[in-house]
Amino acid sequence: MKNNRRDFLKNMLLTSGGLVIGFNSLGNSAAEIISMENVKDELLSNAFLTIDSNNLITIFSPNPEIGQGIKTAFAVIVAEELDVDWEKVVVKQADLDIKRFERQLTGGSGAIKHSWERLRKAGATGRYALVAAASKKWNVSATTLKTDKGFVINEKGEKISYGELVNDAVSVEIPKEIPLKSNKEFKLIGQTIKSVDNKTVLTGKAKYGMDYKQPGMLYAQIVRPQGFGQTLKDFDATEAKKIDGVIDVISFKDKVAIIGKSNWPIMKARKVLTINWTNTKELESDTKHNQIFTDMMKNGPFEVRRKDGDIEKAFAEAHKIIEAEYQCPFLSHSPMEPMNFFADVKKDSAKLVGPTQTPQSAQNQVAKLLNIPVENITVELTKMGGGFGRRLNNDYALEAAEVSSLIKAPVKLMWTREDDMSGGIYRPAVRYKFKASIDKAGNVTGFALKGVGLNAGNSTRQDNFPVGAIENVLIESADYKSDITTGPWRAPITNFLAYAEQAFIDEIAFAAGKDPVKLRLELLKKAIEKPVGKITYEPLRFEKVITTVAERAKWGSAKKGLHQGFSVYFSHNSYVAQIAEVEMKKGKPTLKKVFAVTDCGIVINQSGARNQIYGAIVDGLGHAMYGNLNFENGAPKQTNFDQYRLIRFNEVPEIDAHFIDNGIDPTGLGEPALPPTGGALANAIFKATGKRLYKQPFAQEDEKVAEIL
Amino acid sequence: MSEYSLSINGKKLKVDVSEDTPLLWVLRDTLDLTGTKYGCGMAQCGACTIHIDGMPTRSCVTPVTLAIGKEITTIEGLSENGDHPVQKAWDTLDVPQCGFCQSGQMMTAAALLKENPNPDEEEISMAMSAHICRCGTYHRINEAVKLAAKLQKR
Ligand code: FES
Ligand code: FES
Repeated sequence: MKNNRRDFLKNMLLTSGGLVIGFNSLGNSAAEIISMENVKDELLSNAFLTIDSNNLITIFSPNPEIGQGIKTAFAVIVAEELDVDWEKVVVKQADLDIKRFERQLTGGSGAIKHSWERLRKAGATGRYALVAAASKKWNVSATTLKTDKGFVINEKGEKISYGELVNDAVSVEIPKEIPLKSNKEFKLIGQTIKSVDNKTVLTGKAKYGMDYKQPGMLYAQIVRPQGFGQTLKDFDATEAKKIDGVIDVISFKDKVAIIGKSNWPIMKARKVLTINWTNTKELESDTKHNQIFTDMMKNGPFEVRRKDGDIEKAFAEAHKIIEAEYQCPFLSHSPMEPMNFFADVKKDSAKLVGPTQTPQSAQNQVAKLLNIPVENITVELTKMGGGFGRRLNNDYALEAAEVSSLIKAPVKLMWTREDDMSGGIYRPAVRYKFKASIDKAGNVTGFALKGVGLNAGNSTRQDNFPVGAIENVLIESADYKSDITTGPWRAPITNFLAYAEQAFIDEIAFAAGKDPVKLRLELLKKAIEKPVGKITYEPLRFEKVITTVAERAKWGSAKKGLHQGFSVYFSHNSYVAQIAEVEMKKGKPTLKKVFAVTDCGIVINQSGARNQIYGAIVDGLGHAMYGNLNFENGAPKQTNFDQYRLIRFNEVPEIDAHFIDNGIDPTGLGEPALPPTGGALANAIFKATGKRLYKQPFAQEDEKVAEIL
Repeated sequence: MSEYSLSINGKKLKVDVSEDTPLLWVLRDTLDLTGTKYGCGMAQCGACTIHIDGMPTRSCVTPVTLAIGKEITTIEGLSENGDHPVQKAWDTLDVPQCGFCQSGQMMTAAALLKENPNPDEEEISMAMSAHICRCGTYHRINEAVKLAAKLQKR
């Protein structure tokens, strides 16, 4: 018994403490317990799965799940190579463990691309060891054995379960090169697979960050400066502290935190708390932003991002010049679950629990902030109510840690919707000025883009299409350091740049008297045959999504009364072409349908992939139409969904989602379907109404299209 | 603070809260029924939808006192084993993305189908447009309501 217990503890330690194990066996009889000393290093590198002797197979998904379906997709890949019964697999979100996992973050649609090989190898290594163990047991060559649904099967048709092989499998020597399945052998990948979290989500049992509780935990909310650029002068909490359930009111870093026994007393206290703020400088407003944009678009200072050929010459010799400026506002991410985090900070350690897209950075930042050794900080990932990039920034996790360290108690910090919407880290406001030249034959000879952003960094994507297909190019960007904080928002930069560029290319086509689809194909031909300088995209894959969507939507031969707009974009290593169909009835336009053709390589899960296409298009339409934050006195005017309009059920068009699925290694899908959407809509609107839209949100730019959804 | 006795998911429960406390916070903070979500606090998003005597209700703007003597149902009590037709349909069609809005969506769908077992497009749209799904799962919600209507008849 003694030994048994020791091994059991060791296993526990190994699974939870960071050392990585391939197979373990928890809580079984002494004979079934594996001595960890004998486990081979190679097997230990297999961080993603455990199989116990009762045949319970657990797959760990390390990357934060924000609704993009990664938890399911990752597990599908491991399960495919391991060859197990999907229905019997348990999938768990792994907590932060930097020794065990690389790149444990969700951002840039990069997880699948990054992990594809790793996950397959993790599964395949397990399968290899199990097959080898079976071959020894039966004394037959491993090549005569097959696997299926968690069993190894020999030529006689005899079966042995993975669980029964675990004890022997751990001592199998693992070669450097592990054979992987060919695409043709896939049984799971490419199927329609439901999310592994449905059961808990649909019964209300799933624990989101906001739902996390621990005994003795207090609640906190924070009142932050009302306008960006303000500081805290003083506050009076006399009345607030009188409210039953309020424990304390403290301040730190220009913020006032109310601590209470539950959320409602805190919310009441906020109403009677008197706070005075100081304006240390001129507070920003829409008017000020307009001035900045106008000035910087004219005078820069611009940084040159790319230069090909001689743009001045191209413009001087042009047959026609086309110019346009596009504008977009700041946007809130507004994931359905507002920011929140749990922290229990002790003198030399901290426990953090909550929703974050970047757990490791939360750990590092809290370590630095509170001067606690990194190794003494744990981060548990909860289920997350969306992210859209907002949870890449851990400001709220840091706040929770700071409050917990100040009040010396475990605390759950919650942002209200108003806090969330006025708390910054927005999609930056950006403006683009395009200029293009065409020759007599209608060829595009020059293409120039100036991007100006407020805290946008480089607001261009200088090596993306149509760059590489045009001889003379100049791409420049300028950035203004605004007090309004910004951060990546689903498909950073391209969420707006794509619309501007795709609408502008439509304008070029119109000016050149060319069909918009044909113009793109012509340009791509050039990029295929004789690319100009460095390009980041593969023109042939581009071409394929374009021709496919044109076919599916019967481009050019739409029914009478239907007007089609085309758009295509390459981002996050995936290609998406879209055609939007607008119907004109009695002078009123209505968006009827969006066709989307996507090349993200192999589609891992049809259901998850489709969800991402639907979601991204709906997101793209809603924000192009309505998304808007206006600023006055440094603060956004919109603070909740009554003024900040999000797209609803009755507004979504039919969507036709098609995948190329060319067998190429998979790339990300959480973002790429969003960028082309605004362009497809704007171009369809132009066809229907004859009016070009240059400014988002469209509903405010043109009353006639306000009801198009 | 006062003591109130409530009937939630078929159980009688006592809570000690102030009279103006919205049911949402009673459920979530006091009773640990966290399946009901907070999304806006102002009757805009529907994430907090529960049933009071079968009527879909925004718990974020409903003070606890309004629920006294009434039967409250939350997502945790929609069915015993997670097999309400709406839950089954939502699973079959793999509706959730992040899932945060879905308890509210399902509570509204369940109430709609109880009242009106054969809703047409317009009726479904009317009911479901009161909700926000930031992930944009509306297409599948639409199909799922229709599937749930079919399952309910069996
Ligand atoms: S939280 Fe009640 S409607 Fe949004
Ligand atoms: S599924 Fe994420 S908000 Fe609806």
